[in-house]
This record gives sequence, structure tokens and C-alpha cells, in this order.
Amino acid sequence: MSEVNQETATEHGLSASEYETMLSIMGRTPLITELGIFSVMWSEHCSYKSSRKWLKTLPTEGPQVICGPGENAGVVDIGDGLAAVFKIESHNHPSFIEPYQGAATGVGGIMRDVFTMGARPVANMNALRFGSPDHPKTRHLVSGVVAGIGGYGNCIGVPTVGGETNFDPAYNGNILVNAMTVGIANADKIFYSAAAGPGNPVVYVGSKTGRDGIHGATMASAEFDDDSEEKRPTVQVGDPFTEKLLLEACLELMATDAIVAIQDMGAAGLTSSTVEMADKGGVGVELNLEKTPVREEGMTPYEIMLSESQERMLMVLKPGREEESRAIFEKWELDFAVIGRVTDSGHVVLRMNGELVADIPVAPLVDAAPVYDRPWERTPARNELAAAEVEMPAKPLDALRQLLASPNHCSRRWIWEQYDHMVMGDTAHHPGGDSAMVRIHGSERGLAITTDCTPRYCHAEPEAGGKQAVAEAWRNLIAVGATPLALTNNLNFGSPERKSIMGQFVGCVTGIGAAASALDFPVVSGNVSFYNETSGEAILPTPVIGGLGLVEDLTKTTRLAFPAPEQAIVLIGTTTGWLGASSYLQEIEGRTDGAPPPVDLSLEKINGSFVRAQIVNGAVTACHDISDGGLIVAIAEMAMASGIGANIEVVQADIPLHAWLFGEDQARYILTTTDPDAMLKTANSEGVMATVIGITGGESLTVGGSHTISVNDLRDAHEAWLPEYMAAP
Amino acid sequence: MRSAVIVFPGSNCDRDVAVALERASGVAPAMVWHRETSLPPVDFIVLPGGFSYGDYLRGGAIAARSPVMRDVEAHAQAGVPILGICNGFQVLTEIGLLPGILMRNAGLKFICRDVHVAVADNETAFTAGYAKDQVLRIPVAHNEGNYFADEATLDALEDDGRIAFRYTTPQGDINEAGNPNGSARNIAGIYNETRTVLGLMPHPERVVDSAHGGTDGVALFDGLVKALAQ
Repeated sequence: MSEVNQETATEHGLSASEYETMLSIMGRTPLITELGIFSVMWSEHCSYKSSRKWLKTLPTEGPQVICGPGENAGVVDIGDGLAAVFKIESHNHPSFIEPYQGAATGVGGIMRDVFTMGARPVANMNALRFGSPDHPKTRHLVSGVVAGIGGYGNCIGVPTVGGETNFDPAYNGNILVNAMTVGIANADKIFYSAAAGPGNPVVYVGSKTGRDGIHGATMASAEFDDDSEEKRPTVQVGDPFTEKLLLEACLELMATDAIVAIQDMGAAGLTSSTVEMADKGGVGVELNLEKTPVREEGMTPYEIMLSESQERMLMVLKPGREEESRAIFEKWELDFAVIGRVTDSGHVVLRMNGELVADIPVAPLVDAAPVYDRPWERTPARNELAAAEVEMPAKPLDALRQLLASPNHCSRRWIWEQYDHMVMGDTAHHPGGDSAMVRIHGSERGLAITTDCTPRYCHAEPEAGGKQAVAEAWRNLIAVGATPLALTNNLNFGSPERKSIMGQFVGCVTGIGAAASALDFPVVSGNVSFYNETSGEAILPTPVIGGLGLVEDLTKTTRLAFPAPEQAIVLIGTTTGWLGASSYLQEIEGRTDGAPPPVDLSLEKINGSFVRAQIVNGAVTACHDISDGGLIVAIAEMAMASGIGANIEVVQADIPLHAWLFGEDQARYILTTTDPDAMLKTANSEGVMATVIGITGGESLTVGGSHTISVNDLRDAHEAWLPEYMAAP
Repeated sequence: MRSAVIVFPGSNCDRDVAVALERASGVAPAMVWHRETSLPPVDFIVLPGGFSYGDYLRGGAIAARSPVMRDVEAHAQAGVPILGICNGFQVLTEIGLLPGILMRNAGLKFICRDVHVAVADNETAFTAGYAKDQVLRIPVAHNEGNYFADEATLDALEDDGRIAFRYTTPQGDINEAGNPNGSARNIAGIYNETRTVLGLMPHPERVVDSAHGGTDGVALFDGLVKALAQ
């Protein structure tokens, strides 16, 4: 183990050229701990070597942005002297191997990213993708992931307020578990990770270091094969109780002015936290590793540096502040150890009982991290699918019921009832709406949060799919009456070493950038997860968008449930009956062909701005964005949420009925109002297409006079699928 | 009303109940860290929900041995009203102030949703703000809320009027359909022998504000403030 050569470098995942670069930086044969440090810092997971070139193209600025990508999380101004701190991050590989702990530590990791910056986490969200319900592992993975997310978030006492879950055979061998946390901090007390002040103490706090998770970041940077389960020891084990103590202790210390810099130990543990803090501050760090609190005897420097034990933080304190800081951590029964100091050498120097085990110049380690301009090929454009090419169902509302009872449309109640979504007492909208909504504690203002992506669009046309993911997140925020502020993204793809996958990545990032620019919805944080493939089968490209919006007055928000009978149902936006790559096509016809719906960003902006203004002015009694399944699914969801039916009298005669009902044209919303004339008048004056298509009331959903179905029937079918599936042996 | 909220490592509904107490009484409660050995002068004590000590060993088992609990027990003996919510209920059974135990939910899953409970009578400080047999909509959020005691204990609880709240259907029927977690005799909350200590699985502090989507917890806190002022 201790000899370093090309062979050991290869075992550590370094290519021949990367090893050469490392040798030239070191000017000697590196020690084994040094090799370990290089290998994790240069892993895809830590270095973003395949994605960096493209991530740089994303818009990251705006008057609301306090801190964009590059820190532990993004920070935006939410007024009243407060800031929202948020990020989304993947824990895909560990969750496939060990679903409970993989998902739990994913939640724990993203919460640390947020409270490291001085924010109290106020909401957790997630985006999950599982394989086919028929796949033998799916039920076990759903059960474990949901229990793991709940197990961690419920215990620490941060509400899990929403998310999205989908099933597709493309995720059979690689599920996706993306966890997002939103926190609130004082805007003038954000904590950063740049170490400073030679001589200042470097302090380790939190859990002890064990042998768990060694090389987790490297695992996350390689494809799976059939032996992936043997990697189970690389999955970390979470302890939400310790994280709760760490959260409270950190916030208590942050209320003083003792901290110079702070960084959580996530992927690549003590290695990445030390290197990143030194690099950002342009300083050196010296650590005496025998002072590290360890859980097991006989741990080597290599193991200490590469462990991914959870619930740990590294801090630089002001000189002389050690004892008051120690007292806080001891109150919370956590380890507190001064393990080193900041230097002006520009090197990370590690000693174990006096013996030098690593001496690496930080700037070259970081600056020479490989950046690849991976070859890529554009995903071929698809032909538009005419509605006439899709068979008209004899009974379109039976198709609706089938759709609502399908794995991808059924109620997610079985999932969110396992999450404590109310703790902290500020959950203003319960799960199941377009966006989650939490009140800003002690105020009547709120934060709206959503996670969105439509992978089948991204697969069909990556650029359109990337745009659509951003547009849908933006619409979901609008639909509750929020002003969209900024987004975080979690880019989940297959191997970037394949041109077709890299083409998907480039396309999606291009689309995200275009939409984020057009909608003034900048990207403030994010995460890339490549190598989501098993034995050469890649997942669908899944760039999940986590959107954050601000509500100035919680009494002026909307939910999707029909509020009362006899209200006008207004369709906002233009309907062409776009069935290509639609959910209807996939679930009812078993087809995935056709181009996805085009995303007209200026139309999104015009329609969305209109809807938001109508909501804020009190003209809207319920609102729902139209997405998967088209307008009739949106209307059915509004009916099921309230038990109030609807009569859709006005159908568009120039479009086949099934295309009008199930087509997925973008930039559309369903609203209800008591004063449709005023709404249509305003819409007309602003160039917004608005049509009264029906009226709420009764206990059935009726379309065009002749088709009808009971809301209770729909609701029973919608609620039944997931619990029945999960209860099956 | 001078109140105290006991804070254990891992408590996570301490702030929520403090907000509810301050809303009802106009006075912020004292937040008492578990290592304290004596309480300030108080008229009312809350053991809040959460995961004290991560629920390690058993929910509430380690918290019941915290230093502050000696003085909480002394206050119970002196007749000071004590409310244990969720994890606080578990602590009260672990320390023996209430009989029985809270087992894993019958469905073996964490449950977070609104349930309905019926108020048995309105003759204690905790229920003074309600009507007898009133049905409340209050959320639960727990993994171990399945109340169990032997038959003799259950009979005694029933005979002595010590069952404070029972799970019901939305219509108020006490049956299997209204029981979210398998609790014996649909028990959601019980009193000690003097009816001054209440253990309650549902979270009244989560329904004290119209923004919560329900306000059925308001009368519990308002009723307490009024009853204790007399």
C-alpha cells in the first residue's frame, strides 16, 4: 500500500497524464497520503474537470445575489436584513448501494453545506428518480430512500416540505437521490471558507473520524458494474442526532465573532476541507493528524485524510478564542480539537506524531487540476409528432384516470407522510402543491421552493429540456404567487467520456443558461453527478432545477385546490395540442417519440408575470401550472385536491380532443377567479392569451358536455397506486 | 403564567411550543437546558417533542435520566402541571410519571399527518378550553406512538378518567379506522393519577396559527393560561 507508482495511481483513479502532472508538481515520488489527496481532489466529484468549461457559461449574477457558485451554497438577499442560503446535491451512488444511509447522509451533507454558511436550515426538498416499478430492486430502493430522508430530516427537526419522484427503466441500475436545503441567515453574517491569518488555530469539531466512506468521492466518479454492491463499505453512516448538536453548536458559536472561516467535511472529508480553505485564502495549513479525534485505533494518516465520516466541520478561529469556543462544543457534547494552524507557506503540511506524511503546494494542486474539453456530439433533432399520428382514445376521461393512477402521476402522499413536513411551525403550504411554502420565522413573508426536471424532454432534445426544467421551476414559483429569485441545479448524467452523453450535458447546460438569463433567474449553486450508468446503460439526462422564490405577504398566495363552486376556470397560454414526448404518449400509448414542446422564453415571461400580478392583486382564487399530462391533468389535480368538480365547456375545435386535453404546450396555467371579465380584459391589454374554459362545481369532471367522470373515482385511483405498490410483497 | 420548556440534546419542537406558549400567555417561557439541576419558579412545565438523544436505546429513555428531571419529578409531586408532547410523552413514561410505553407504530413507518382526537372531558387545566367530546384536528409526527399497557392498567386508566384524548375518525368515531398507529384503545393522551401530568402524542403547538392550516391547539394553551390564573 505504501509504494507509489503508476500502478497505485491508476488504482486511485488517476490517468497516466494526471499522474505525470502530479509528479511534476511534487518533484519527487509522492507519499501514499499525498497520492490519496491528489486522487480525491482531482476526482470528477471534487474537480468538476469535465463540466467546468460549460458551467462557466451559466448566468450567476443579479442584484439579489450575495454569493454565487463556488462556496458551500448560494446566497440571495430576501430583504429585511435576511438572506436565503440554498443548494441541491446528489447522493446517487451511495443510495443505490445502501438506500437508507445513502439518502440519509445526502440530506445530512446538504444541510451542513447550508449551516456552514451561518444559516439555520428551514426546509428540505428532494428530487428522486427510481427504476421501473417492475424491477426487482425498485420497491426496496423506494422504501429505503424515503425512510432515510425522513430518518435524517425528522430527527434533526428540519421539515421536508416537498419534492418530486419519478420512475423510468433508465434508472434501474442508477437511482437518483438529490437533496436540497434552504436556510435563512442574517445577510451581514454569512460565513465563508477562506482561511486567513497565519498562526490562527485550525479546529476540528463534530463527530470522530472513522474508517467509513474512504474513497466515496472516487466512487462517485466512476461507473457502476455488476459488482457495485461490493462498494458498500464506501457508504457513510449518518447520525442525525450528532448533526443536530453540531448545527446548534455552530450557530451558537457563529453568534460570537470568533470564527475566521468554516468549511464542512463532506466529500473527500478532511482533505477537501483543508485544501479548499487554504486555497481560497491563499495560505498554507499545517495539521498534526494525531490530534484528530478518531473513532478507531490505529488509523493511518491516509485513512484520516480520506475518511468521509459524517457530521464534522473544520474551522479557523481568531487567536485566543479557543476556550470560549471549546466551551460551546463541550456543552453540546461534541469533540473540539485544535489540530493545526494557518501558515504563510502556501503548502498543506501534514504530520503524524512528528513524522511528515504530506507536503503539497496548494496552488498547483488546485490550479493544475485537470480540466477537460470532452468531445461531444449534438443529440439529433427529432421530428414533430402530429396529433393525428396518435390514436384518439374512445373515452378520453378513462385515459385520464389511467394516467392519474400511473406510477408517474399518482399521489405522493405515501412518501411525504413519512417526512415531518411541519416541524419548526412555519410550513405555510403542505406538500402536494406546485411549490412548497415556508414562512420566514416571525414574519408574514414566505419562501417558495420547488424542484423540477422532465428527463424525457432532456433525452429527446437536451437544450429544450434544459430550458423547460428552468421554465417549469419558474412557473411553479409563480403559481403560488412568489417572485422567483434564483436557482440551484443538480446535473445528473451518464459518463462524460462518451460523446453522446457529453452532448446531452452540453445541450442541457446551454438550455439552462438561456432560460436562466431570459427569466432573470440566476444559478447560485449546484452540483454535477456524472457516471450515472451501469454496465454501459446511462440514465436519462436529468438536470434537476431547485428554484427559490420570495413572497412578501403570505395572505396573497395561491394553492391549487378549487376553492368553491361556481368559479370561472381560466386557461392562460397558447394550446397547440403538443403530444410529442408527452406523458400521455408514454403512459397510454407506450411511445416516447416526437420532439418535446418548444419553450418560448419570452412567452413564459409575459404569461408568468401576468399570473403573478393577478395573484398578488387578489384576483386569483386558485392556480396550477400545466406540465406533465397537460391541462386536463392540471384541472383534475385541482378538483381532487378540493373534492369540487368542474365543467369544461369550451374545447378548442381545431385541435383533436385528446391533444387539447393531454398536450404539453409550455407557458400555461389554470386559474380560477370570481371575476373572469376583469381578468380577461387585463390579459387582453397585456397580450396574454386567456380563455374561460369552464366553471367549477358538482362532483364530476365533465368535458365538452359528453365526457364525464366522478372526482371521487379519480381520487381513489390517484391515491391507491403507491401504497398498494409498496405494500405488495 | 410562568412556564418552562425543558431542552434536551435532540429536542426539536422546543421553539415551536415556546412560540405557542408566548402567544397564549404573553410571556416567553424559560428554556431550561437538561443539565440544570433546578427549575426557575414556574406554574407549568413542557417536555417538548423531538428526538432527545437521537432516540438511542428507546425514545425518551436517556432523557429521563437527565439531571433536570429530578426537579421535574419534584414539581410533579408538588402538583405543578406538566405537559409532555410526543417525545416528551415518551420521557414521561420512561421516568414513570405515566404508565405504559409507546411502541413502534403498527405500520412500521414514521407518520406525519393530521389526525382527529376526541377530548374525553374538560375538567382539567389542559382541556378547560374545550368542550367534552369535542373532536379536534391535530397533526401527529412520530415513529413510536403506539401506546401500550397491560389490560389492568388500561382498565384503571379508563375507570379513573385518565384517558385524556382518543384517536377518532373525522366524524368522531373511536374505532380502528381512526387509529393511526395501533395504540391500545385508541389512546392519544393520558393523565397521571392526579390529572396534573399529561402525555400527548399529537402536536397541539402545530395548530395555533391560521397559517398552520388549523387552530385546534389554541384552546389547549389558552385554556391552560386561564385555568392556571385562577
